[in-house]
Order: sequence, then structure tokens, then C-alpha cells
Amino acid sequence: MSVLVIAEHENGVLKPETAKVVSAAVKVGSQVDVLVAGHNVAGAADAVASIAGVNVVKLVDNVSFEHQLAESSADLIVEIAGSYSHIFASASTTGKNILPRVAALLDKSQISEIVDVIDADTFKRPIYAGNAIATVKSLESQKIVTVRASAFDAAGEQAPVAVESLSNDNANTLSSFVGVEQTESERPELTAAPVIISGGRGMQNGENFALLNGVADKLGAAIGASRAAVDAGFVPNDMQVGQTGKIVAPDLYIAVGISGAIQHLAGMKDSKVIVAINKDPEAPIFQVADYGLVADLFDVLPELEQAL
Amino acid sequence: MKVLVPIKRVIDYNVKARVKADNSDVDLTNVKMAMNPFCEIAVEEAIRLKEAGSATEVIAVSIGDKACQEQLRTALALGADKAIHIETDAKLESLHVAKLLAKLVEQENPELVILGKQSIDADNNQTGQMLGALTKRGQGTFASKLVIEGENAVVTREVDGGLQTVSLPLPAIVTTDLRLNEPRYATLPNIMKAKRKPLDVVAADSLGVDLAPRVELVKVEEPAKREAGVIVESVEELVTKLKTEAKVIS
Repeated sequence: MSVLVIAEHENGVLKPETAKVVSAAVKVGSQVDVLVAGHNVAGAADAVASIAGVNVVKLVDNVSFEHQLAESSADLIVEIAGSYSHIFASASTTGKNILPRVAALLDKSQISEIVDVIDADTFKRPIYAGNAIATVKSLESQKIVTVRASAFDAAGEQAPVAVESLSNDNANTLSSFVGVEQTESERPELTAAPVIISGGRGMQNGENFALLNGVADKLGAAIGASRAAVDAGFVPNDMQVGQTGKIVAPDLYIAVGISGAIQHLAGMKDSKVIVAINKDPEAPIFQVADYGLVADLFDVLPELEQAL
Repeated sequence: MKVLVPIKRVIDYNVKARVKADNSDVDLTNVKMAMNPFCEIAVEEAIRLKEAGSATEVIAVSIGDKACQEQLRTALALGADKAIHIETDAKLESLHVAKLLAKLVEQENPELVILGKQSIDADNNQTGQMLGALTKRGQGTFASKLVIEGENAVVTREVDGGLQTVSLPLPAIVTTDLRLNEPRYATLPNIMKAKRKPLDVVAADSLGVDLAPRVELVKVEEPAKREAGVIVESVEELVTKLKTEAKVIS
């Protein structure tokens, strides 16, 4: 068994998901190679070389992969796919964008968002917003798989292995990059944060989300939101935790003014410890919370900030 | 510009899926079904393009057994001009669906295909990207904004760190995210009118796609249940428990 893992990086920096995908890959095969494709990503490739279990790092550093567009990235991965028995990528928006294109080009069915590896062919994955867990067995000769990074512990470190530079210049005429608006934040990213505090419709408006800042500062937490808060226009969609947003599993998740719709629970119920703050004692969020506090969030948040 | 909108019949998003007692699958007997929410957004976007004068014809397509004609009628009531039902009883994977749609794209040659980014049953998030590969078209996935500028579709995409905008020369594939638009409701007169709009039925077998399974569903289980914990009386008690009992803060 040999696995090609597609590294996840942003602005030349390796993202923590990669070490988690490697740890899923190691469960499948003894040879795990990692492809780092982008522009000015030599630093990310060096970081990959030190992830325990990585055999060889393949580096493609070329301006044509600067924005990791699906069309050129998929063609590149197909060229490198060769004899690998498995191709793994994180189920991030980047991985989700690129990997199904790779699968179709290789004429293979893809298995999305695995949360467990049973054996080299068999995986567990949530379906119906996590209301059921399917065990699926791939009958394909080459398995194309995206991995829910939050379900795996990050692989440890090792003495760095070799980084192999490949030259590739895929001209892509099917799409071009126009621009990017990155959410500026001093806070950790949702998918990597050990602590998350999220607000829901109970926050009442976007301005009130600032009330979460004080607590987040004290805990070094990322700030998330429910789909209801996003739909109501309080905050941007990249803050959304849920079936259709980000799937997270931090050590501590604090849900503030969130009722706990199925959709939201699907995104956070694997958190180690869940705290719910809601004035409605009947809110479904209390059924999954380790600690519930039935109170008005506008009273609780300043008090909590003080107490921490 | 012709726009093709593939839609899927799925469990209604308000209904909680239950696992069958024999763990063979999710039980859908007598469960309320509806159009997949992301597909509703796709239909709405296509209709808005038509209302804005960019699109000339909107064709809705669905793949499945006879029941999915109900969702096609809904799409017609919302404003699609015609519907195509690709009929099959086979259990399909995203790759099969993408291959069937690619055949239809070949026949209909739409400049734009708009489809939901994922269905809320299988949660795969694959079909649009696969269709892009099979038809050699560019893809604008997880769209929160779509603008037709001359011969290009300019798509703003919801990505992990914010928003990315790409330009795709038409013909192209777009998949919808939640914030792209707010779908309208079908009015009664339009529901009546929809009954007279054309709905063609095509046998999936006639399209020459191998629909043999490539992934075996071994079993389906309930997720591990999370036990409800305790209700604390005060912020002070909460902080103490987080420090000394859960040990997640110091």
C-alpha cells in the first residue's frame, strides 16, 4: 500500500490539517508520500518533511499553482497519482474542490470525509448530517479519499526526510484567479483551535458578537457561529460551524445562544467538552452539553470574562 | 444562454434520519422528501439569470425513480422551462450521476450548469467537480456570488479563510453555497402552470453509462450517543468545573 497525501497550505505556510491526514494515511499504508504544490511553498515542504510517517515529500513550486485552482491542481495530481494505491486530501474547501475532479479524471468513485480507517479498503464516514455513520468499502483499484482532519490526531515529528523537487507547469485555460478576501483575524483558525466559542441567533445582531471577544481573548479561542447566525447576516459564512460549514472537534466548545439544530450539532458534537449557555432550558443543545448554564447570555458573558 | 440545473430528491431537511434496525441503511419509508436545499438555491439562481436576461432557457434534470418527478414539477413551478427525468432504480454514486449528467451536457450543450454543492443525505460534495472534469469545463464551487460578464462566469467562492473569486470562460460549472440567494416559494398559479410544462423521461440505461457499484455499503450505524451532562447554577460553578473536573482550562 502506498498513499499520496495532498498537503494543505496557505500563504506558504503548512496548515495543521496535513499532519492529521498523514496520521490517517499511516493507518492504511507503510509508504506515505506528500505532495506540496503551490508557489513559494518550500517552507511548507520542509515542515512536511518532519511529520512522522512521511516517506518522501514531492514539491512542485510553480506560479501556475499559486492559487491552488482545481483545474490545474487536479491535472497535476493525476500526473503524479501513478501507482499509488490511495490518494488522501483534507476535507477542507481546498481538498473538497480539487479531489473529486481528480477522482473523475481517474475514473474512480471517491469516498468523502472519512472519520475512521478500518482497513485499506474500508472506511467510516458520517452521512445525513452525522445522524448516521456509514461503513463503506471501496471496490476501486485506487482509492480517492478526503479525510475529516478533526477526527484524527496529528502525526508526531521525525528527523526530516528528503524533499524531491518536480517541475511541472500546467497551463490552465479553464479558470483564472481574480482575487481573494481573507478574513483578517488574530485568532486561531476554527479548524485548528483548541478552544472555540460560538454564537447563535441568540446573539441578536452582528455587533453583539463583540461580546464573545473578551472570553475568546482569555481562552485563546477561535470564534464561530451557527448557521442561523450566518443566515441572519450577523457574521460571515467562514465562521459557520455545522454540516454545511466547518466541522470542528476542539478540547472545549462553548455554544452561546445556540439552540442546537441537527445541522449545527453535526459540526461540533465530537468536541471533547461542550458548554452550552442558553436562556431556554428546553434548547436541544443541552442534550449534548457536558455543562449547561440556563441564563441570559448578556449577563453571563461579562461575568465569564471576569471569572477566567 | 442555456442553463442546466441538476436537482436531487432527498429527505426533508427538517426530518431526522433514522437507521434501520438491521443496520443496512437509513430508513426512508414514509419519510417526508423534498428538493435538496442546495439544489433549491441552484434553481433560484438559474431563474434569476433568466429574469435578468442572461439566461434564455432553464432546464431542470433529476436522476432517480419516478418519485423525483415531484421535485422536477417543483422546479418547473419555480420557473424552469422544461424538465428531464433520467429514470433509474439503481443506487447511484456521485461518479455515476456526474457521468449521466455529462451525457446530457453533451446533448443539450448548456453554457452553464448550476448545481448544489452537496446533498444533505450522502453529504459527498463531489458531483459538480466531477462533472467539471468529465466535460473539461472550469468549476466555480461553493459559490456565494455569480456574475455573468460577457463570455465569462465570475464566481465568488466560500473558502475556509474567506472568499475567493475566480473567472471561468463559459461553458462552465457552478456549485451553490448557502448565501448565494434566498430561494422563492412556488405560487399556486405557477404550480398549476407547471403541470403543463414539458417533462421528458429518458431511461438511464439508454445513455450508455456503466452504473455498476464501485463502493459497497457495509453497514450503517447510529453515531455514538453523547450523554447530556449537568446543569450548573452559576458562572462561578461553570469555571470551577472546567478547571478541576474537565481540566480543559487552567
